[in-house]
Amino acid sequence: MPDVDIQVRVNGTLRRDTVPPRLTLADYLRERCQLTGTHLGCEHGVCGACTVLLDGQAVRACLVFAVQADGAQVTTIEGIASPDGELSPVQAAFRDHHGLQCGFCTPGFVISVTAFLRDHPDPTDEQIREGLSGNLCRCTGYQGILKAVRAAADGTSAMEETG
Amino acid sequence: MDRTRGPVDPVRAAAARYAGARVARVEDPRLLTGHGTFVDDVVRPGMLHACFVRSPLARARITGIDVSEALAVEGVHAVFTAEDLNPGVHEPWYSLAGRDVPDSPRPPLAEDEVRFVGDPVALVVAADRYLAEDAAELVVVDYEPLPPVVDYVTARESAELVFPQFARNVLGELGGRPTTELAPVFDQAPWSVRETVYQQAYAPVPIETRGLVAEWSAAGGELTIWAATQSPHEVRLFCSRLLGLPEHRIRVVMRDTGGGFGQKAVVQREDMCVMLAALKVPAALKWIEDRRENLLAAGQSRHEHGDVRMAFDADGRILAASIDYVQDVGAYPVPWPVGPSMAVGMFFPGPYRVPEGTFSITSVFSNTVGRTAYRGPWQFESVARELMLDVAARRMGMDPVELRRRNLLRRDELPYTNPVGVPYGDISPLETFEQALGMLDYEAFRKEQERARGEGRFLGVGTCTYVEPTTAGMGVHGTEGATIRIEPSGKVNVYVSGGSTGNSLETTVVQLTADALGVDIADVHTIQGDTAITPFGGGTGGSRSGSMTAGAVAETAAVLRERIAAIAAHRLEAAAEDIELVDGHARVRGVPGAGLSLAEIAAIAYLQPESLPPGMPAGLEASGRYRAESMIILANATHLCTCEVDVTTGRVTLLRYIVSEDCGPMINPSVVEGQIAGGTVQGIGGALYEHLAYDADGNPVTGTFMDYLLPTAAEVPIIEYGHVETPGPGPGGYKGVGEGGAIGAPPAVINAVADALAPFGVHITRLPLTPESIVTLVRRARESRAAEPGTVPR
Repeated sequence: MPDVDIQVRVNGTLRRDTVPPRLTLADYLRERCQLTGTHLGCEHGVCGACTVLLDGQAVRACLVFAVQADGAQVTTIEGIASPDGELSPVQAAFRDHHGLQCGFCTPGFVISVTAFLRDHPDPTDEQIREGLSGNLCRCTGYQGILKAVRAAADGTSAMEETG
Repeated sequence: MDRTRGPVDPVRAAAARYAGARVARVEDPRLLTGHGTFVDDVVRPGMLHACFVRSPLARARITGIDVSEALAVEGVHAVFTAEDLNPGVHEPWYSLAGRDVPDSPRPPLAEDEVRFVGDPVALVVAADRYLAEDAAELVVVDYEPLPPVVDYVTARESAELVFPQFARNVLGELGGRPTTELAPVFDQAPWSVRETVYQQAYAPVPIETRGLVAEWSAAGGELTIWAATQSPHEVRLFCSRLLGLPEHRIRVVMRDTGGGFGQKAVVQREDMCVMLAALKVPAALKWIEDRRENLLAAGQSRHEHGDVRMAFDADGRILAASIDYVQDVGAYPVPWPVGPSMAVGMFFPGPYRVPEGTFSITSVFSNTVGRTAYRGPWQFESVARELMLDVAARRMGMDPVELRRRNLLRRDELPYTNPVGVPYGDISPLETFEQALGMLDYEAFRKEQERARGEGRFLGVGTCTYVEPTTAGMGVHGTEGATIRIEPSGKVNVYVSGGSTGNSLETTVVQLTADALGVDIADVHTIQGDTAITPFGGGTGGSRSGSMTAGAVAETAAVLRERIAAIAAHRLEAAAEDIELVDGHARVRGVPGAGLSLAEIAAIAYLQPESLPPGMPAGLEASGRYRAESMIILANATHLCTCEVDVTTGRVTLLRYIVSEDCGPMINPSVVEGQIAGGTVQGIGGALYEHLAYDADGNPVTGTFMDYLLPTAAEVPIIEYGHVETPGPGPGGYKGVGEGGAIGAPPAVINAVADALAPFGVHITRLPLTPESIVTLVRRARESRAAEPGTVPR
């Protein structure tokens, strides 16, 4: 199959590329756009590490082809914090509540939670658990993540004492 | 006795500001924003990509390999088979095991025979991963199938051998005194219980798979490796032996590793292949394992069983305990699994008063994936013991908590030597046990359970109390180094081997260094995971990093404190022993305002050497190497959980989960709790969900995350923490805490389920407790006791 021309707005910047039809969005972002914050943990759509926002919807970038993103807006983990580096409320909550350890699954969680809280601004604990169930973490036992999402939802995230 | 002091040190820093505090992690900003550097993020000029061709059969003779079609694909650079790569192997031995152990073969690529489904047979190198996978499909391997040895339990009686040189498929056997010596105790005891407990294979499953990038510079004779590893220095040392390259010509770099849990402790066969192939290709070579490969070939753990006996007197006091333990090591275990398995026997008596005991340990090959280290590799000692204590309690009609109270070691009995010769000290098993019970309100739970049973709901409670070896002070794990550079501006860089694999070592080292030098934490930065820059280190494993890096930092900082004090004393015309380091200043004790900032002292040390005291070396940089003060540091904990079991669907819902542990003083409570939680949820996964399963022909049947079920946020309980603090015999009194969660959780969960199902007379000896297995257990119990109406709930 011949390569395909696409136009994608990635983290606000318009890009034109010519890609093989089988190139996944995840590989497109990582290799062509050099946005390596989108991580691949299973490449079959279960672990959620590669989650990005495609026209605002949280999708698994390993299950989407780059050509399917033609004409779309993509937000990756690199587009979540402010340009000056200030963490988003979700990112700050993860930091405040020990919501990450090795950090490999973290970008997927941050993106999923960002979309989840936009759609469920006042979630129950049960909704939070359900909302997180599509992302796998092997380090934290989800304890800090659950706290972080609760705090981000309540808008109460604040730096814990450092001494 | 004050065990909380570091090395002898005349110049004390001010009281710790950061050790013990919930300091925010320094790793987080980069990881939260997608700016970590994991191995797959590394890109090198002209980099090539590797993909393995793997065996589809559990055991077969390779009769031919045709790579011509694969080589013809545009963009394919090479297809390597065993005859290309394996002759490059020099001395592939692991530092942890040593050169001389009777290790099993570990050819990089399979030679004459494949020995498990997933065995690497060929390595394709292409311009990108897509092309490499295309070409791998075109490599034609002819196999002559052989009968596989799939079941390790019967492998010793099999006519087939995984390796011809290992008779009965046995890699190694260890043992204490013969079990027969204890037979009279078991035979004559008022209560004697015996069960064979089987644990299923499960695996570390880091979310980042394995991988490395190896770049050979032929002109310079230098090899640079970027790796996902728990031990950059072991990767370098192993690679040096493997390739016969001088160690100082190899550089291994790891900034961020996406979890290891034992799987990334040492170099595996695929890593060897990439190292060997890197010398034969014109650019950097990258291999990133995919998840299918990870579940197929990265290793299994926990596949084992034990014939367990315990004898009790009429009051429930333990008289003797023994275990005959057999572990499946698969075809290609990494590293040598025989020595480490000794810990199963050594810690089987646990934190209990056991007058007599013994063990035997057998390591058996099978045509399945090799055994790898996994968080608390000896964990079966707790599974076996704690299950048996509950079995015994039910048989005696005694509450399992009461049985444990009668047998747990009290503090006034320490030091104590267990029946197989392990000395215990500085532990608090009865305290953690009682703390956990108190947090639950055990009596209230028993009443609630009784009420629930009246309503046809089945609640249960289970515990596990264990004593855990951490921070082994031997061999390659026996030392750890640190370099601290106070730069000319007074800012501090601290270098340790370390690396970020999720255990917050960067934060830990920054905390400890800030305290040791009496400076603000913002003025300390750490550089880790680059063998070209940092001191040699033993890597993360064996719950050693906290204590060992604390020792390394303390030892090194002590040297600098003396020099800082000497420089300040000289300038301030005070006595060095009157100088104290606090808030980034060297001050004269009792003289307000008299002092120099660290920046001023550093400026003297580097920029005004003529102002230094006579004989004082210029600069403010020191390297030190801490040598472990004891052979082992013991930690202990109690896990307690409650659950509800739906006997119709087999679903287990965990209700409360309590961990009371004693890891000594905590450097960072958030990090400690994070380690406990992560290990605990892995253990919950092992008890209820995870099973790296094979069919009868040796075909793996759990090759995706749709089949291999990891716990998700929807299943996990909220973990409640209790801390008991008994300083250990090392720097700061710190003990290891990385592995314990994965040890204590499975027995606690299993016992809770068994307790819930006690009214059915259900007997649990096989894991995991999947819904299917629970429904089957209940159904069988109902059937077998149908003759006794009224004894089993309907």
